[in-house]
Amino acid sequence: MAKDEDKIIGDLTSSDYKYGFTTDIEMEFIPKGLNEDIVRLISQKKNEPEFLLEYRLKAYKKWLTMEMPDWGHLNIPEIDFNEIIFYAAPKKKKELESLDEVDPELLDTFNKLGISLEEQKALSGVAVDAVIDSVSVKTTFSDTLAKQGIIFMSFSEAVQEHPELIKKYLGSVVPIGDNYFTALNSAVFSDGSFCYIPKGVRCPVELSTYFRINAANTGQFERTLIVADEGSYVSYLEGCTAPQRDENQLHAAIVEIITHKDAEVKYSTVQNWYPGNKEGKGGIFNFVTKRGLCEGDNSKISWTQVETGSAITWKYPSCILKGNHSVAEFYSVAVTNNFQQADTGSKMIHLGKNTKSTIISKGISAGKSHNSYRGLVKINSSAENSRNFSQCDSLLMGDRCGAHTFPYIETNNPSSIVEHEATTSKISEEQLFYCQQRGISNEKAIGLIVNGYAKEVLNQLPMEFAAEAQKLLSISLEGSVG
Amino acid sequence: MKTKEIAINLKNELLNQFEQHFDVFASANSDFVKDRRRKAAKIFKEIGFPSRNLESWRKTDLTKVLSKDYALNLSSKLEKNNIHDFFSCEINQFDTDLYTQVNGWCVEKQESPKVYENGCIVGSIKAAMHQYPELFEKHYGKYVTNEKNGLIALNSAIFSDGYFIYIPDGVDQDRTLQMVNIINSKKHEFVNARNLVILGKNARLKLVHCDDSIEFKNSLINSVTEVFIDSGAKLDYYKLQNKDEEAVILTNTFFHQEADSSLMSNTLILNGGLVRNDINVLLNGRGANADVVGLYLVDGKQFVDNHIYIDHAVSNCTSNTTFKGIADDEARSVFNGHVLVRQDAQQTLAFQNNHNIQLTNTSKIDTHPFLEIYADDVKCSHGATVGQLDKEALFYIMQRGICERNAKMLLMLAFVGEIVNKISLPTVQEYSHDLVTRRLKGELSACDQCSIECADPDKPLVFEIDMSKV
Amino acid sequence: MLSIKNLHVSINGKEIIKALDLEVNAGEVHAIMGPNGTGKSTLAAVIAGREIFEVTEGEILFEGKNLLEMPIEDRARAGVFLGFQYPIEIPGVSMTNFMRTAIDEIREYRGEKPMTAGEFLKYMKEKQKLVELQSKLSGRSVNEGFSGGEKKKNEIFQMAMLEPKLSFLDETDSGLDIDALRVVANGVNKLKSPDNATVVITHYQRLLDYIVPDFVHIMYNGRIVKTGDKDLALVLEEKGYDWIKKELGEELN
Repeated sequence: MAKDEDKIIGDLTSSDYKYGFTTDIEMEFIPKGLNEDIVRLISQKKNEPEFLLEYRLKAYKKWLTMEMPDWGHLNIPEIDFNEIIFYAAPKKKKELESLDEVDPELLDTFNKLGISLEEQKALSGVAVDAVIDSVSVKTTFSDTLAKQGIIFMSFSEAVQEHPELIKKYLGSVVPIGDNYFTALNSAVFSDGSFCYIPKGVRCPVELSTYFRINAANTGQFERTLIVADEGSYVSYLEGCTAPQRDENQLHAAIVEIITHKDAEVKYSTVQNWYPGNKEGKGGIFNFVTKRGLCEGDNSKISWTQVETGSAITWKYPSCILKGNHSVAEFYSVAVTNNFQQADTGSKMIHLGKNTKSTIISKGISAGKSHNSYRGLVKINSSAENSRNFSQCDSLLMGDRCGAHTFPYIETNNPSSIVEHEATTSKISEEQLFYCQQRGISNEKAIGLIVNGYAKEVLNQLPMEFAAEAQKLLSISLEGSVG
Repeated sequence: MKTKEIAINLKNELLNQFEQHFDVFASANSDFVKDRRRKAAKIFKEIGFPSRNLESWRKTDLTKVLSKDYALNLSSKLEKNNIHDFFSCEINQFDTDLYTQVNGWCVEKQESPKVYENGCIVGSIKAAMHQYPELFEKHYGKYVTNEKNGLIALNSAIFSDGYFIYIPDGVDQDRTLQMVNIINSKKHEFVNARNLVILGKNARLKLVHCDDSIEFKNSLINSVTEVFIDSGAKLDYYKLQNKDEEAVILTNTFFHQEADSSLMSNTLILNGGLVRNDINVLLNGRGANADVVGLYLVDGKQFVDNHIYIDHAVSNCTSNTTFKGIADDEARSVFNGHVLVRQDAQQTLAFQNNHNIQLTNTSKIDTHPFLEIYADDVKCSHGATVGQLDKEALFYIMQRGICERNAKMLLMLAFVGEIVNKISLPTVQEYSHDLVTRRLKGELSACDQCSIECADPDKPLVFEIDMSKV
Repeated sequence: MLSIKNLHVSINGKEIIKALDLEVNAGEVHAIMGPNGTGKSTLAAVIAGREIFEVTEGEILFEGKNLLEMPIEDRARAGVFLGFQYPIEIPGVSMTNFMRTAIDEIREYRGEKPMTAGEFLKYMKEKQKLVELQSKLSGRSVNEGFSGGEKKKNEIFQMAMLEPKLSFLDETDSGLDIDALRVVANGVNKLKSPDNATVVITHYQRLLDYIVPDFVHIMYNGRIVKTGDKDLALVLEEKGYDWIKKELGEELN
């Protein structure tokens, strides 16, 4: 462990955004801009069944009637949707049979990302689905998983192989018209991951998806759908990176989770999209809708997120607690530095009896950034004996940043209890002095204190992810004090 | 009719009246005020009544309120000498200087404002703007921080009357001032009252503001109160809202605080059909302190929405917001707290709390405690809860032989005690405690408070045992 | 006074008390002893009317009345007092107000006229002296910020104030130092009369040095497995609960 920490500290003094490389892979693009023909073209390229084309067209029509949401504590520049390429895929030379046949450049990309597929496969037993510019490149481990009846494959493959499941669950948690970006995604999504855990199966490995935006001027619109059947369990990891570019790039994804009776899904994200440079130029616009439905009794969904990247983050992983005794959790650390803006939080909608939700949110703002927690806790009149506890803490570093808390609590049931607490603090001089007096540099002390502050959330992450997250926290805050 | 049309109809009707009767509205007004009225009317024409499309009005629906046929009371018809025929203050032995407004007009309006020996000036704002133009013009309209609010614009355009209070530098006004706002009319009154309170440097004032109604007629009160608290001054401001269940009260209060000044604002909402209070505090001088507390008890189909906005503009100020509420039947309460700590407001201490008890599943409680912070060396926290009476505590009390109803009552009184106990005027505190107790027991309606016939001072109160006085 | 026959109690479907019988007469002091989790506190709670427990079988008669049919407060008014193991804090409710309200209601229930404020004050002072409770505690909110000892003394003070016929003192001795223990025990002894009865629930024999019981019951696994006089407590102290288990085991075999 001491060695790990040394490495973290070492990385602290290294480069700024270490994932900012681009990869020269032969790509296939479609014309930029968005119209009905583009939607049809995407569907056609993917050889989709009729129902999916109709779904896309319906979404497109809906999108045309909608407007960008403006209620976030965010300053979003106008996005010209006609300048965006809505589909870019690594050009396939032929069908890939094994990892050996994957474009070596691509493999190299994953190595740079620190997720050598081979290595992952061999060492940590994590099944990885890698998505570059919206197209799933290779899913490892699917054969092993298939033996247990677990389906883990790219969304496009699933459309071909399990259309009945896609038809049943797609859009069942996040409807097309939920918001501007869900309508957009539903019209143009290109790929993503699909995961189905059959009844009573405990998925033996952690499933993981890595998303990367590579090509310039492309948007990434992936779609993740996870279905956990009765009594099943899965832990799912999501990581994101993007190259450094001067222009902003758009990422508008949808994640849907359904847990049936007694099932549990744990969804962890380490989001490290390119945040823009120190002057606030470039970076990803991250407008994501993530929502889980605790459909069955005693089901559980747990969101954990470490958000360090993106120029703008607009994201509220939510849960609908429909089943009686269902449980939902949201653990979040969001770091903003330089000119980053984040408006993130969660929504917990209690419908079932004896449902329980927890929100732990830790915001850290530095530089000239703005970091807002925004969350809704709604207790429906049917949700007898429901409980929610929310704690939203903010840590400010420097006097040019902002930390805001916007909780919305709406209750309709007298047998429920909702509690919300929030505090705002800075790293105290005394803490820093104490560390320094023991010989620890300011920068390292901050890393320590920040990680301690975020520990409650970091502890929720699977081991190897936690180490990466710790590292990211320190790097993100580099140079924020001095 | 659609919401939008309703609002536009009433807006046009009011603007017509404004044009037609401008001379009446602005009678005896200086050019300064006339100019302000016209400008405000222009803004109101542009933006109209607030609709639910606005984030801050999302929960307050004025459709029903605005669809009534209102009468604007263009002049006062009541004389001072007959006020006691139907109103007497119930606060026993409460030694205050009482000023009364009926249907939005100061009863004292024909007179010049009263000038105390210590230099304090208290009276009708309509008279004051005429008599003390310099003082009036120096402060009037200066502390309204939100001009793009249709209700405020409307008030500024057509306000009838209101109270004017001036406490000179260094004066400790030892007489508590009590402002009582009564509605007594056979028509749906639309009252636009405007109040201005000025505290000079190191001045002291205790002010009790009561909204009462007598006749059970739907009325709409749209009041704007501006309060300037100069450096080192101290104001205790108590607001008691106890209107009938059809009454609509919309208030906007602006407190502007200079260095080392201190404010205690305590709002007790006991009855009212639809109550919307916007309390804005600007902490504009170092060392200023604001305590903004309140209590709302809602039942039936009542609706209460409190918006508390605390702006820490400079460093070293403290603020403490605490609101508590109990919702019964089909009532609905909203709390919207917003603490803004600006970039240079280092060393800020800001605390915000909202606690609610929900008694039925047909009642609805919304709470939005917001923090917006741009300075790092600050201590800010907020807490909000919605729950019910502690079942363990209930069992404990009942085990001692107290019936469930009274056990609940005890717990509810304990819950609201925190707010009532913050009232520093003993008589008002006692009176408020009594009102709250009766309100919780369902014995208090709006009428028994203010008309002599209904009040029963001899009625024993089970929980009023102050052993220190035995 | 109290007659419990074949009492069965469950919580969430789990049976905690199984076929328990107990007779308590006026003027008697009973002690119920037993290891943790054997249902002692449950018994006290059921007698007081705690709703989370479900009586599945059996009856509890108090002075001939069916206690199980009475609401919590009526049981208290009829003279059943429970000294809580963990007294609840009620912020904002002063002790004085709390007791005054309780006494008024109990008197009304019994058809007695209410005390005047003066009488009440005098009465309260008297009782405070009896349990050596500092008068400043009565001005504070119920149990709020009280130390463990103060909370327990406060329970005895309330018992003195309400003059119950039957008092169940649930682990009143736990967490007390020897001085506090003596004060609590003295209070109980002073309140003893031919007309009332006390049941103390305790872990240790220690309390019984101060409160001498007429009967000692040993409770194990939801039943009273052994009853004797005060000497039984001494035997138990000496041989420990394992002795009971062993004896029981032999019986079962």
